Amino acid sequence: MGKSKGLLIDVTRCIGCRSCAVACAEANHLPQEEASELSATHYTVVKSLNNDQLFVRRMCMHCNKPTCVSACLVGAFTKTDEGPVLYDESKCIGCRYCMQACPFEVPRYEWGSLTPRIQKCRMCYERVVRGEQTACAAACPTGATLFGDRESLIEEGQKRIRENPGQYINDIYGLTEAGGTSVMYLSNVPFEALGLPINLPKEPIPDLSWRVLSQIPKYTVAASVLLFGIRWITARRDDVAKFEAAERRKNEELKQAAYAERQRR
Amino acid sequence: MKDLFAKKITFWKLVAGVLILGGIVSAVERYSLGLGATTHLADTFPWGIWIGIDILVGVGLAAGGFTIAGTVYILNLERFRPILRPTILTAFLGYVLVICGLMADLGRPWAIWHAMVMWNPHSVMFEVAWCVMLYTTVLALEFSPAVFERFKLERAKNVVKTITIPLVILGVVLSTLHQSSLGSLFLIIPSRMHPLWYSNVLPFLFIISCVAAGLGMTIFESFLSARAFGRAVELPLLSDLARVIVVVLALFFTVRIQDLINRDALKYVFEGSYQSNLFLLEIVMGVVAPFCLLLFRRVRTSKTGLFYSSVLVLAGFVAHRVNTAITSMEHWPSRVYIPSWQEIGITLGLAATGFVAFSFMARYFNVFGEGAHGNVEGSSPKITLRAVASK
Repeated sequence: MGKSKGLLIDVTRCIGCRSCAVACAEANHLPQEEASELSATHYTVVKSLNNDQLFVRRMCMHCNKPTCVSACLVGAFTKTDEGPVLYDESKCIGCRYCMQACPFEVPRYEWGSLTPRIQKCRMCYERVVRGEQTACAAACPTGATLFGDRESLIEEGQKRIRENPGQYINDIYGLTEAGGTSVMYLSNVPFEALGLPINLPKEPIPDLSWRVLSQIPKYTVAASVLLFGIRWITARRDDVAKFEAAERRKNEELKQAAYAERQRR
Repeated sequence: MKDLFAKKITFWKLVAGVLILGGIVSAVERYSLGLGATTHLADTFPWGIWIGIDILVGVGLAAGGFTIAGTVYILNLERFRPILRPTILTAFLGYVLVICGLMADLGRPWAIWHAMVMWNPHSVMFEVAWCVMLYTTVLALEFSPAVFERFKLERAKNVVKTITIPLVILGVVLSTLHQSSLGSLFLIIPSRMHPLWYSNVLPFLFIISCVAAGLGMTIFESFLSARAFGRAVELPLLSDLARVIVVVLALFFTVRIQDLINRDALKYVFEGSYQSNLFLLEIVMGVVAPFCLLLFRRVRTSKTGLFYSSVLVLAGFVAHRVNTAITSMEHWPSRVYIPSWQEIGITLGLAATGFVAFSFMARYFNVFGEGAHGNVEGSSPKITLRAVASK
C-alpha cells in the first residue's frame, strides 16, 4: 500500500456549507440531520463559532499512535497502514475504555441500543483503499478539507502558512499533538478557540501506560522471588527456633539424667 | 446485621431485603431497556459509579485478602490466622460482586469471554481483566479448604494445602499488579482529569490506599461478624492492623502531597472550587482524621475508636476512588454526572448481596473456627449460631 493518508482542514477556507457532513451521512448510510456535536449517527459535524464568522469541522483525528488502539483490551481498534483507525464490533465487549481514553473525545456510543456499538469516522476506509479520496473531501467545494498523503499535506500546510503571512497561526494542529494525527488543522485563530484540546502531550499517549505495563514481567519475577525468599527465611527461622528448643530440651534432659546419675552414686 | 438468620424480621434484614429487591428491579430495567434509558452515562461521561464504586472500590476493599494471606503465610505470623478465613471470604465475595457489577456496566456483557482469547497486552484493561480472573480463582482456591472441610473431602483439602504457599505468592503478585493497574487505567487520560487527581504516581497511590482500605475492611468486617455471630472481637490483632494502617496512611499522605508539590498542583487545593472541596473532604476525613485518631493507643485498643476509625479509612478510600473516576472529570456546568436510580440501585443491591452472602457462607462453612482463640473453637458454626440465637 502507498503512504499513510490524511486530511488537512483549513479553517480559513470553510464556509460552513455542511457539504462534508451531508456527503458523510450519505456514504455511511446515516440519517441526514444537522447536529452540533458528534454522536453515534454523526461521524462529522460542522461547528459554527463567532456568530457564523468561523466554522470548524470535527471528526476522528485518526492518530498515528491511537490511544483507543492501545486502550482496547480485546484489540477491537486497528490503525491501518492507509491511515484510517477502524473499529471491529465483533470483538468489542462494551467497556467504553476507548471513549474514556480518547484525548479528542471522539468515540460515540449507541446508548439507546441493547447491542450497543462504538461509532466514529472511518475515514472512508473502503474508498481510500480503492485509491479514492474520502466522501467529505470530494464534496468540499472550497478545498477546506483536503485529502492526500500525510507527508504532502504537511508540506501543503507549511506552504500556505509561508505564502500567506499573517493569515494563519504559524502551526499545524495534529503535527505533534498526541504523537501526531492523520487529520490536521490550519487556522487563523488559536486552536483553543476552535475547541481543540491544546494540553495534550507531544508524545504518543499510549506510551504513558506502556511505560508501566512493560515493567510487569520484570516485576512479576522479582516479586515472586522476593516473596519466596521471605517465606524461606521466616519458615527457616521457625524451624531453627523449634530445633533449638528441642536441643535445649534434650540438653536439659541429659543434664538432669547426669545429675540423677551423680545423685545415685 | 445482628440475628440475620434468626426467624424474626429485623431492621437490618429488612434493609438488606429492600436493597436487594431494588437491585433486582434495576438490573431487570438495565437489561431490558439498555444503558441509555437506565443510566445517566453519556458520550461525554462514559464511566459512572458502576466503574467508580462497584469496581474500583470493590476491588480495593478486597485487598485485605492478599495482605492478611501474605502476613500469615509469607511473613509466617501465625497469630493472625483467626482473621485469615473471614478476610479471604470477604475478598472472594468482593471480587465476585465486582464481576457482577462489570456485567451490568459492559455494553455487550455476553462477549466478556473475548478478554480470554483476544489479547492486547498494550491495554491496561487487558492486564486488569486477566489479573481479576486469575486472582478470583486464587481466592476461590484459598477459601476452598473451608468447603472441603464441610463436605469432608480430606484428599482435596490436602491437595490445596500442598500448593498453599505458591498460591498465596501468586495472589500477592496478582493483587499488587492489578490494584496498581486500576490507577494506571487513568494514566492515558491526562487532558481530561483535574490536576488534583491526575498524576503519573496514580498506580502507587492506588496500591498504597488499597492496603489501608483492605485492612480497614478487615477491622470493619470483624466488628460486624462479632455482632452478627455473637463472637468476641480479636482486639489485639485488630489493634496491630490499626498500627499498620497508621503507617500506610502516613505513606499515602506523603506521596500524595509530595506529588501535588512536584506537579505544582498544590495551588488547586484551596481554590474553593467543587473539586478542591471534595479533595479536602477526601484528605481530611479519610486520611488525616483516621491517622490522628489511630496514633493514640487508647483509640487503637478501644472497640469504639477502632470501629469508627476504620469507617473513616473506608470512607476516605471510597472518596479517593470516586473522586479519581468521577469528580476529576466533571466540569460544571457542561459536564456533570449524577447517577440514575438504577445505577444507585444496582450498586446498593450488590453491596447488600455481599453482606447477606457473607452471612450465609459464614454460617455454612467453618469461617471463624480455624485456629481461633475465640469462643467457636472445636464447635461447628451452626451450633454456635444456635447457641447465640437461644441467648
